[in-house]
Amino acid sequence: MASLTVTDEQIRATPAKVIQPAWVRVMHWINAFAMILMILSGWQIYNASPLFGFSFPREYTLGGWLGGGLLWHFAAMWLLMINGLAYLVTGFATGRFAKKLLPITASGVLHDVRAALTFKLGHDDLTVYNYVQRLLYAGIIVVGVLIVLSGLAMWKPVQLYYLVMLFGDYPTARYVHFFCMAAICAFLVIHVLLALLVPKSLRAMIIGR
Amino acid sequence: MAKRSFLIPGVDKRLLIKDSIKTMPDVTRRRFIAGGASLGALTLLTGCDVVDSSSAEEMLKQVSKFNDAVQAFIFNPDALAPTFPESAITKPFPFNAYYDLDDAPDVDGKDWKLEVRGLVDNKKSWTLDELYQLPQVTQVTRHICVEGWSAIGSWTGTPLRDFLKLIGADTRAKYVWFQCADKDGYNSPLDMRSALHPQTQMTFKYANEILPRAYGFPMKIRVPTKLGFKNPKYVVSMEVTNDYKGGYWEDQGYNSFSGS
Ligand code: HEM
Repeated sequence: MASLTVTDEQIRATPAKVIQPAWVRVMHWINAFAMILMILSGWQIYNASPLFGFSFPREYTLGGWLGGGLLWHFAAMWLLMINGLAYLVTGFATGRFAKKLLPITASGVLHDVRAALTFKLGHDDLTVYNYVQRLLYAGIIVVGVLIVLSGLAMWKPVQLYYLVMLFGDYPTARYVHFFCMAAICAFLVIHVLLALLVPKSLRAMIIGR
Repeated sequence: MAKRSFLIPGVDKRLLIKDSIKTMPDVTRRRFIAGGASLGALTLLTGCDVVDSSSAEEMLKQVSKFNDAVQAFIFNPDALAPTFPESAITKPFPFNAYYDLDDAPDVDGKDWKLEVRGLVDNKKSWTLDELYQLPQVTQVTRHICVEGWSAIGSWTGTPLRDFLKLIGADTRAKYVWFQCADKDGYNSPLDMRSALHPQTQMTFKYANEILPRAYGFPMKIRVPTKLGFKNPKYVVSMEVTNDYKGGYWEDQGYNSFSGS
């Protein structure tokens, strides 16, 4: 009994550590919502003039027709861009990116991939991202920047001509935009799966601890 | 407030209707913007009915108006659309409309006259021969369709701003509104700053040949700083006006500025 009481006091004395600060949680979920709107409306737009020999099933598109898809896409883009920009600025300014995502070393990634595949990758300390997480998160942030830049290039190919030049030409920007979307979808599948496998990480992303 | 709950997309009758809407260019389409399968998917993903269709549609319209303003704000009248060498021209240049080529307007060039209306000093109509006398320039630019495809073409004609000056148009007016010979009356408004852009052209030739029927004979308005649907073909009249008169696609929900 005595030792239990001590433990209770200890818990009261040291409040549980915040794993994910509030700004990360808020921006993360806004981003997830905006991304899903962008992807579903983007599929609608893709279907109007497919780049490849397939279309996305109608049930998974937003907007009902091309015009509706475009309205959703160009509305959700503000949410995505403003939130993404705020996340990037805060991530750099607070040193979070440097602290949580770096360094990323080839040996570290190899080691953690091997550990993950043999189910030996621990998640005891949620405040430290392993190398697989670092690589995936840093990678998807870069992809997020690329998909916004290629989208802006296609939206304003005359006013933002230098952005088009960055990708080569207009049709290439379209392919870049598509492949970034594909990368985000692939990330999303793995990411959600892993979050469900380690529910306490999901909990931390929702309530912070 | 029409609440919808499509828990299993695919069983709702409204979804069946949706399959036909791409070939149905009429006002009923407007209602599909926020409705149907789209919301089904969102409902499935989020587990709740987050978007009420009529309020979502209202929100989307407001954002689209906001996007018009943003685009007008970042529009630089001196920024030129990139031009390309003749070798870059897309062959064949695609024919694109909401009808087949067989149903495209077949205008008789001898009878045709360009009507000029609204805030202009000289409202005389112009025959094709008269228009052909005006100085012409050629541009090789990229046509970008709202659907996402694009193609490079060569267009020859008179800069619209020269013509507007010639007829004494009030260039402080907000729009030049074009009407076309299409049987459902295609029309489209062009904001004045885009109308005055140096590359905006009254086009009479494609690839140095008299504009063929497929590309808008007798006259097309080529605006390389706008999406294709804002480059009207088979033009029969232009009106300089301060009123927003809407447009064939704009009224159905395409963003009205749709500038590049
Ligand atoms: C809706 C489905 C999503 C779920 C359930 C989810 C869940 C999570 C969870 C639980 C974490 C913390 C994981 C950890 O501790 O390692 C996390 C972090 C993260 N997620 Fe997601 N996520 C979703 C969508 C997305 C999307 C669409 C993106 C980007 C395209 C994204 C990008 C990120 C990034 C960059 C981090 C690291 C954040 C940081 O530490 O600053 N997530 N997510």
